[in-house]
Amino acid sequence: MTELLEALGLAKSAELLSLSPPGWGRNLLRGLAHSLQIALGAYALGLVIGLFGAYGKLYGGKVTRDLLAIYTTVIRAVPELVLILILYYVGTDLINKASSAMGGGRVEISGVGAGIWVLGIVQGAYATEILRGAIQAVPPGQIEAAKAYGMPAVMTMRRVTIPAMMSFAVPGLANLWLIATKDTALLAVVGFNELTLETRQAASSTRSYFTFFLAAGALYLMVTLLSGRIFGWIETWARRGQPSLKGGRM
Amino acid sequence: METAQAVPPAQPPAPGEVAIEVEDLHKSFGPLEVLKGVSLTARKGDVVAIIGGSGSGKSTMLRCINFLETPSAGKIAIGGEQVRMRPDGSPADRRQIERIRTRLAMVFQQFNLWTHRTLLDNVTEVPVHVLKVPRAQAREQAHELLKRVGLGDRADTYPAYLSGGQQQRAAIARALAVDPAAMLFDEPTSALDPELVGEVLTVIRDLAAEGRTMLLVTHEMKFAREVADHVIYLHQGRIEEQGPPSEVFGNTQSPRLQQFLKSVA
Repeated sequence: MTELLEALGLAKSAELLSLSPPGWGRNLLRGLAHSLQIALGAYALGLVIGLFGAYGKLYGGKVTRDLLAIYTTVIRAVPELVLILILYYVGTDLINKASSAMGGGRVEISGVGAGIWVLGIVQGAYATEILRGAIQAVPPGQIEAAKAYGMPAVMTMRRVTIPAMMSFAVPGLANLWLIATKDTALLAVVGFNELTLETRQAASSTRSYFTFFLAAGALYLMVTLLSGRIFGWIETWARRGQPSLKGGRM
Repeated sequence: METAQAVPPAQPPAPGEVAIEVEDLHKSFGPLEVLKGVSLTARKGDVVAIIGGSGSGKSTMLRCINFLETPSAGKIAIGGEQVRMRPDGSPADRRQIERIRTRLAMVFQQFNLWTHRTLLDNVTEVPVHVLKVPRAQAREQAHELLKRVGLGDRADTYPAYLSGGQQQRAAIARALAVDPAAMLFDEPTSALDPELVGEVLTVIRDLAAEGRTMLLVTHEMKFAREVADHVIYLHQGRIEEQGPPSEVFGNTQSPRLQQFLKSVA
């Protein structure tokens, strides 16, 4: 093995990426774990916001609909990087102001918490639109049948609308998840040590930029491939009861 | 309880006797008045057929009875219980509507089965989740009902894999699962290929024979004549003619109905 790496001229790279010091492998994996943690949290938060947003846009009163329209328009109009800077600094500033107003001291905001919050708000805007479209694609007769048999609104949503819209939502939600995993890289600008920042530190410390960024790229690719598999299963489940079309895989 | 002025306390003429009572029902969609004051009484065990041309308001009338459409004015009582309505006709008490809907089972023109659930789950869904029947009991009953409509071996199939006739029979099983006080059929065979109509009518005929109360909006005149105790002919939102089928079909008075019967014959 060592000889093979030697022959290929990769011995140095292997050493740099090794999990034990002086290798930087552990740092990269730690960054990956942070990235995934934020991506998962933001995605979950985004789905919750999206579900309320979609229902609000479809069934809410005028004020609700206007507010949601402003939310989705602004969030989707402004580049994520700018949003992250705004939400991160404004958010922490507001929390600190609120804290000192109530007589408290400076609050230390955890990077993970802030990252989830910031990306979750961004994800929520896109999820709102994906879920709104999916809900509208549900044949109205199915919702009407639930109504006709005395289902209250929340039960209809839980038992009929959400399961029925899943097959329409999954492809869009899979996209959104992949965007979430990659948007975590933008958090590097606020000094959060996710995968991209860890990679940059490793690269600049060792001057082996190519090795480390290639390794990071491979890690992102692995996440994507694995996600594809998982969303494939979810889609198969969501489409249960629907005759399959050829293809239709993520 | 706010509201419900102008609605006298429930006073069923003969408790337990009248299943559905509709009085002077009006319904407008914007400026278009679709129902211009129709009344109907269905006693327990009655089969009432509602016929009429397209746009006559027959489906709207049926859909007002379980408030899938909000009436504009009128009174509706189910099993002697007056539905509390606001002056504008909208239901005053959501819970009352939900409770009453569980007593009325609707069979739709487009079946409207829940496509992400198997036939068995379609049939058990309302008993288990709305009526809180124990799951095992609901499943057992569902198997029996599916067997009854000739789908005993399809319990685990999803609706999309069945013919329209089979889907409609499954929808009837779903309706029977709530042990309804009355069944509302909204053109149950209109979306079916001609060769599949018979199998659905056979099921409905059996239900009529066992004394189920039902309102049946239909285009099948022969069938209406055969199973109905009472036939209502709607024309432009009004009851143009009604009576026992032998009279309505055999001794038609209204020239419009004569015309209509000729056109669908």
